[in-house]
Amino acid sequence: MFGGLYALLAVGYTMVYGILRLINFAHGDIMMMGVYFAFYASLMGSPLWLSIIIGVSGAAVLGFLIDRIAYKPLRNAPRISALITAIGMSFFLESIAVVLFGAVPKSFTAVFNENNKWIMDKTWNVLGARIPVMTFLIFFVTAIIFFILFWIVYKTKIGMAMRAISSDIPTTSLMGINVDMVIGFTFALGSAMAAAGGIMWAMRYPNVQPYMGFMPGLKAFIAAVLGGIGSIPGAVLGGFILGLLEIFLVALMPGAAGYRDAFAFIILIVILLIKPDGLLGKKSVVKV
Amino acid sequence: MKKINLILTLSTIVLFTLFLSYAQGNLDDYTLRIITLIPIYGIMAVSLNLINGITGIFSLGHAGFVLLGAYTSALLTLEPFQKELSYIIVPIQPWLLNLHSNFLVATLAGGVIASIFAFLIGWPTLKLSGDYLAIASLGFAEIARVLANNLISVTNGPLGLKGLPNYTNLYWSWGWLLVTLIAIISLVKSSYGRALIAIREDSIAAESMGINVFKHELMAFVFGAFFAGVSGALYAHWLTTIDPRITTFGPLLTFYVLIMVVLGGLGSITGSLIGAGVFALMFEYLRSLEEPFDLFGLHVPGIPGMRMLVISALFIFIMIFWQKGIMGRAEFSWEKFLKLFGIKVKKQSLAEIYLGKEGESK
Repeated sequence: MFGGLYALLAVGYTMVYGILRLINFAHGDIMMMGVYFAFYASLMGSPLWLSIIIGVSGAAVLGFLIDRIAYKPLRNAPRISALITAIGMSFFLESIAVVLFGAVPKSFTAVFNENNKWIMDKTWNVLGARIPVMTFLIFFVTAIIFFILFWIVYKTKIGMAMRAISSDIPTTSLMGINVDMVIGFTFALGSAMAAAGGIMWAMRYPNVQPYMGFMPGLKAFIAAVLGGIGSIPGAVLGGFILGLLEIFLVALMPGAAGYRDAFAFIILIVILLIKPDGLLGKKSVVKV
Repeated sequence: MKKINLILTLSTIVLFTLFLSYAQGNLDDYTLRIITLIPIYGIMAVSLNLINGITGIFSLGHAGFVLLGAYTSALLTLEPFQKELSYIIVPIQPWLLNLHSNFLVATLAGGVIASIFAFLIGWPTLKLSGDYLAIASLGFAEIARVLANNLISVTNGPLGLKGLPNYTNLYWSWGWLLVTLIAIISLVKSSYGRALIAIREDSIAAESMGINVFKHELMAFVFGAFFAGVSGALYAHWLTTIDPRITTFGPLLTFYVLIMVVLGGLGSITGSLIGAGVFALMFEYLRSLEEPFDLFGLHVPGIPGMRMLVISALFIFIMIFWQKGIMGRAEFSWEKFLKLFGIKVKKQSLAEIYLGKEGESK
């Protein structure tokens, strides 16, 4: 369950990092904004499916705009400037959420009206264990999203352009590809997936608050590093592995549950020491 | 010229001490607290600048070191009976109960503990390249916070420590700022400092010139962490209450310090100081945004969080349009300062100053 969210977020990180070599610190916060969009859409009375579409597309537009406004002017600046800007953007989104939506956590259950409340309550019996329908639903939706993603990245023209840019930006622009558009599209795609993950997360753990994106965002980055940053299958794998490891930690050592957030970072450091390129990453060569 | 600089610097320090002793007696408490906070922020900014701006290792773990310093010093300055009273959930570790020291020792201990942890965390992570290090150090800060939240028998967990003696006054904080400045400026001016700058400019070239990049980076990291720990101790005794919430010692604090450094100019020590001052004043001034106010007859209700919004927007603005910050990489120097007032001190005029007319006739 955590794994799915981490994987959905990690893909966004890995795509942006693969292309721009930029850790988009604001990624988790874009997810948070997407959840808020969906939340307010349903408060205004839109049905569940429409709220989800609003949330996801809102996040996509937001991701695109953030790239245009904050990151594009810094394409040729030192990488550290872009990184600092990304941190600033993360706090900007958090504080704008505090100002607009209030700092008090809100219950996401408002998205469920009488017609679709069954999704929340119903459970299925699987080999004697009662598993909420939601878990299955989330699993299937995640699978479908990944299917669409792989189709876009590996079978369409824009996916090809994305992969081309990630290996060499100047040459790609010489080939007549509008690099900025492709980067914008990458941001939008990553943000949409993050929002989809966030909305599912909020349905399962019905709580929205402005700082909800921060920790999942960092962990998703760790998942991306775990799988090999720049590699999309790696990000998916890394996300699920990190989620599973966390669940095992809590299940095996319930006393250590409070340390769950710290655990991910220990994994990060261990991975970077043992296999810095991640599980599915390409070897990076330092050119002098 | 060197002698003039020294005289000018010393006289500024003396004048400033006089000002501080005047301020201590005559200004109101609120202003005093802000004037006390500025150097604390200054120490944080200068020490982060040593790591980020001068050595070029992008660390986001500053809040972690500040937290370590804060908790260490707090545990040392609290009286045993206070500790017994405040540890409600789980009693305090017996060996910590009777540990007690004066403020100076507590501050130093805060710095030492922070630098020990910097060494332990720096050893594995400094082998990483820039971005990974940023995340790993941010992660370290979070780990420190999570530990403070969960090691209840040591840190009193989420309740935090209350009733710390209000030791941090003008003299302590400005005094420590002076110590920090002397230490860091002499480090930067030494051959180690040149090596650090070489590493920032091009670590591969520096390595090939025979500089042990890893050792130097680790040294800068530990050095910076020490002063971050000291500033944490001062900060804790300025706040008098510390707790492991995100807003106190979380990533937000690192972000604030980063703003100060970037605002002042990455790589400029004086810039960091100016940045810290501007930030502290702005932060207090912007408080008015969160209170209800009337604008042209229009009543604007107080919006909580507005201050952060303005600050982060400003920060992004600085990064996009004004990356150099106030000072760029330049440092304050008396020559430039005097030039502002039309007084030119040429380097050749050294002889004139020493020998009077004899120098001229030469």
